Amino acid sequence: MSAPNKSFDPVEVATLSQESIDAAVADALAAVLGATDLEELKEARLAHDGDRSPLALANREIGALPPQAKAEAGKRVGAARTRVREALKRRQAELEDERDARVLVEEAVDVTLPYSRRPAGARHPLTTIMERIEDVFVAMGWEVEEGPEVEAEWINFDALNIGPDHPARTMQDTFFVGSEDSGVVLRTHTSPVQIRTMLDRPLPIHVICPGRVYRTDELDATHTPVFHQVEGLVVDEGITMGDLKGTLDHFATAMFGPEARTRLRPSYFPFTEPSAELDLWFPQAKGGARWIEWGGCGMVNPRVLRACGIDSDRYSGFAFGMGVERTLMFRHDVTDMRDMVEGDVRFATQFGMEV
Amino acid sequence: MRVPLSWLREYVDLPYDVDVEDVGERMIDSGLELEEIHSVGGDVTGPLVVGRVLDIEELTGFKKSIRWCQVEVGPAHGHPDTPGVRGIVCGASNFVVGDLVVVALPGAVLAGGFAIASRETYGHVSDGMIASERELGLGDDHDGIIVLPVGTAEVGADAAPVVGLGDHVLDVTVTPDMGFCLSMRGVARELAHRYGVAFRDPGLELVDLPAPGTGEPHECAVEDLEGCDLFTLRTIVGFDPSAPTPYWMRRRLTMSGMRPVSLAVDVTNYVMLETGQALHAFDRGKLRGPIVVRRARAGETLETLDHVERTLDAADLLITDDRGPIGLAGTMGGLETEVDGATTDIALEAAHFSAPVVAHMSRRHKLSSEASRRFERGTDVVLAPYASARAAALLLAHGGGRYVGMTAVEAPHEPVTVGLAVDLPGRVAGIPIDRDTVVSRLEAVGASVADPAADPLVVTPPSWRPDLTDPADLVEEVLRLGGYDAVPATLPRARAGFGLTEAQRARRRVGRALAAAGYVEALAYPFLGDAELDALGLPADDERRRTLLLANPLSDAQPAMRTTLLPGLVATLRRNVGRGTTDVAIFEAGSVVRLRAGQSARGVTDPPRPSVDGRPSDPDLAALHALLPDQPLHVGVALTGARTPAGWWGPGEASSWADAIEAARVVAAAVGVELEVRRGSTPAPWHPGRCAELVVGGEVVGYAGELAPRACESAGVPPRTAAMELDLGAVIASMSGVVTAHGLSSYPVAKEDVALVVDVGVPAVAVEAALVAGAGPLLESVRLFDVYTGEQVAAGSKSLAYALRFRAPDRTLTVEEVSAARDGAVAAAVAAVGAVQRA
Repeated sequence: MSAPNKSFDPVEVATLSQESIDAAVADALAAVLGATDLEELKEARLAHDGDRSPLALANREIGALPPQAKAEAGKRVGAARTRVREALKRRQAELEDERDARVLVEEAVDVTLPYSRRPAGARHPLTTIMERIEDVFVAMGWEVEEGPEVEAEWINFDALNIGPDHPARTMQDTFFVGSEDSGVVLRTHTSPVQIRTMLDRPLPIHVICPGRVYRTDELDATHTPVFHQVEGLVVDEGITMGDLKGTLDHFATAMFGPEARTRLRPSYFPFTEPSAELDLWFPQAKGGARWIEWGGCGMVNPRVLRACGIDSDRYSGFAFGMGVERTLMFRHDVTDMRDMVEGDVRFATQFGMEV
Repeated sequence: MRVPLSWLREYVDLPYDVDVEDVGERMIDSGLELEEIHSVGGDVTGPLVVGRVLDIEELTGFKKSIRWCQVEVGPAHGHPDTPGVRGIVCGASNFVVGDLVVVALPGAVLAGGFAIASRETYGHVSDGMIASERELGLGDDHDGIIVLPVGTAEVGADAAPVVGLGDHVLDVTVTPDMGFCLSMRGVARELAHRYGVAFRDPGLELVDLPAPGTGEPHECAVEDLEGCDLFTLRTIVGFDPSAPTPYWMRRRLTMSGMRPVSLAVDVTNYVMLETGQALHAFDRGKLRGPIVVRRARAGETLETLDHVERTLDAADLLITDDRGPIGLAGTMGGLETEVDGATTDIALEAAHFSAPVVAHMSRRHKLSSEASRRFERGTDVVLAPYASARAAALLLAHGGGRYVGMTAVEAPHEPVTVGLAVDLPGRVAGIPIDRDTVVSRLEAVGASVADPAADPLVVTPPSWRPDLTDPADLVEEVLRLGGYDAVPATLPRARAGFGLTEAQRARRRVGRALAAAGYVEALAYPFLGDAELDALGLPADDERRRTLLLANPLSDAQPAMRTTLLPGLVATLRRNVGRGTTDVAIFEAGSVVRLRAGQSARGVTDPPRPSVDGRPSDPDLAALHALLPDQPLHVGVALTGARTPAGWWGPGEASSWADAIEAARVVAAAVGVELEVRRGSTPAPWHPGRCAELVVGGEVVGYAGELAPRACESAGVPPRTAAMELDLGAVIASMSGVVTAHGLSSYPVAKEDVALVVDVGVPAVAVEAALVAGAGPLLESVRLFDVYTGEQVAAGSKSLAYALRFRAPDRTLTVEEVSAARDGAVAAAVAAVGAVQRA
């Protein structure tokens, strides 16, 4: 604080004169604009906007002025300091931009360097395509049902209207456990899950049953003794073959896009009557859209309903099933079955976490 | 079943210019699986004419027999110098002067693109070629040229239709319910529906036979009317065994995939293909006494036509005479009584055998014949005498002889009727189908409807459709004839579902978590052999050796179902390493098979077989379930090579026991279950010093760590291979449901590090447990951040450095509070594991 003002005339206070303030501002702006880096700017700030800067000192003088002069002097100094500070701010921003541009360039790295520190894992596409199928039906309100792979022959065959001398039971197709008379087989299809479901679940039934099944085929490019099926079953009052077709069409479009559709051809399965082969119009087929055989289906044979204690006069149902390997093969153009079963990690890795 | 189109046309008025592809499509629509369409001699082009051999000159001086033939080919086709006749060189010698042959004239192109031209050979200009079956693409026969029986065709006629060139053969697979389509008769009926054209049923015409002449027809009797409810035997005497089979019949048999043998045999095969009725011709001269149909007796044997000596079973249905068995009914005849080149008296059997009886015999003897394939599907119950009349007429027409008459046994049989609610087909389809349509379609398949105005309709299925026993079977016929495309697509309304179960969701999480942790899923075959368990060093009494055995394994080396995932994981790892992927981490989640107490590797031999007429009783169901072993869901990993490869970021890191144990933690975390990792038992194949017991809820659920060096060596995987296997089902079962959230404290955290020196044998988990117990409720977390052994600590000791974090829910902790808590933690460690705090 300087000495009290004698004359109360601001003009007499030299540091508050317009000329000296203008000079201080001019000095300040010159220093600010002249600063070439942030360090110089910091010095300029200290010199021209710091506590000991001319304008700060001038500001202090205002207090000593007579009241009538304070306002005018304050306005004058305030405007000056605002100019300086804005210049500082602008220059600060400019210099920071310059610094950033320089430093960030200096710090640049090769972002294309491979960073495979933890090689990626993967799920098997058979697993994930089954999950995708499950999800289609779960979204329709169905539930996922499962059963054991080592299965009672009665559940795998008899209850499905496959009589004791049916050709499907021969050793050529079926793995028998223990002996041919043990009553236990490796399930030859997922259809025994239908039986378990109908025996155990309250009606109505809407289930999808994925799982591993077995046939005595040698492994080659198109056969494997251990494979997967997915099977659907609906049992309710008033279920029709139209419901079967609508469900299959929906399934086909969910898996293969809006152009996909299905077609039924008469066929025979002991556990359905009527029975049909299921063809899929496969829009993405290599070489152009075409029909391909996808699975089998039909209306649940009333004999099967009765074997499970379901009133076949009141309830009806449909069932369908298809091979998962086959579905994966044509959906993803897998040409050799062995790739799916040998466990070569290069196969599953192509698919990642989903199919 | 191979179906020549020309043969079909005999019974069904297919459009003259019908496209064979279209015929195939309509067969598919009927429910027949079309395998392929074969074009007979499709690449052969004319001119081909029927010729007659006028003269043969044997040329000598060549390595093989060569003939110079003069062949009459008709006025339009002769050589200019020799009207109506051509000179042709021929290498075959199975013909004589006067024979009718097929001549390919210059300009013809034979099978395989072989072009015929006049050319000089063996000193003569050969002006065409006399063709064999193979040269015309008709069959494989190249033993000689085609000799057409006299009277087959006019000389000079176009030979193509005579030999069947340009015909098509449709190869179809017949489903078990359509046994009637194992005949021209059945296929023609289906096509007649599809094309809406007339159909003549050769199975319903009783051919006129001459009145039986003098002599007794061979006698027959049936002791088992359940196994055989209709047996007929027609007798012909004075048959000419050398009479040739007419050419057209040979052609049809060949096109249908059967080899012509002799007239007697060819006729039975021909009529079988035509009508579906299998027939058998006995040499009557070899029969001893009457033919009797009966079941086999203990100790009986029979040598069948395929030269196999068969031991018979009491369930076998036999054709016998005084000497014993002479045929397996409906399956295969015996060698002793077959017709041969000297047979003049023929006893022709046509019968109806029980489908299950034949199916059982065929299955037991592993003997599938043309006859058994038909009988086991069910054959026409009344057809036998019709078919045998047709066959007898053909034998008499082409082989001469005299018809002596028929003997027969027939069980009284009631025609089966099926009641069908008129609206059922419509209810099944989901669209109304009116009464007239239902009735007319049933009649189209040959059924009769007692009163078309009745409801339910009383339907008598046709004799050739024994498969039609239930209303649902009739529904299928009605819908099938209308075409499945006519059924509209609708969507059923499912009840509100509950989505995936918690266990199903948990399994998906486990798979995703392991894949996210760098493991690749591999699905191994779940078969197992002793060698694999030996390689892993499992002791003889290991429970994983209590395997369930297969009766018919694919490989004798792997006769059992897996009890553990480890052999499959190890084999998969080995395969990957062998293929050059040396850094491998794989996982599998799948079931294993564990015998329950009291179950044997071979199961039982007297399993329960509940009736299928209704729901089995609860005890019956329990007995069925008791047959099955436990099939728990396991998850396992195996890894070898670098877990982190070396790279520009620095050195790599080998995979180790620690990764395998971490994989168990990943699984537990994905499921949301607390996993305890502890030192405990170390069964094979684990490295005793590098194996952890995995414990959930106090139960050991698995193991993880490094495989023992010997196990790695004998299993053929790299040293230090690490693995993990645990009972995922048990882990999932211990899920505790929803998480209860704790409020978060926003007061500052206080951090304290402590270093504790303990004996090397002290497990870190014990030190940590002591710290947690001693630190009290203010401890927020504890983390081991360093393990040190070396000069700084005494030999036999290790230093464990822990970062402790303290926080209170309601205040900022004072220095004194934090110190006290830390000291409490250290004191607990001192007391519990003899830890010494490192300065």
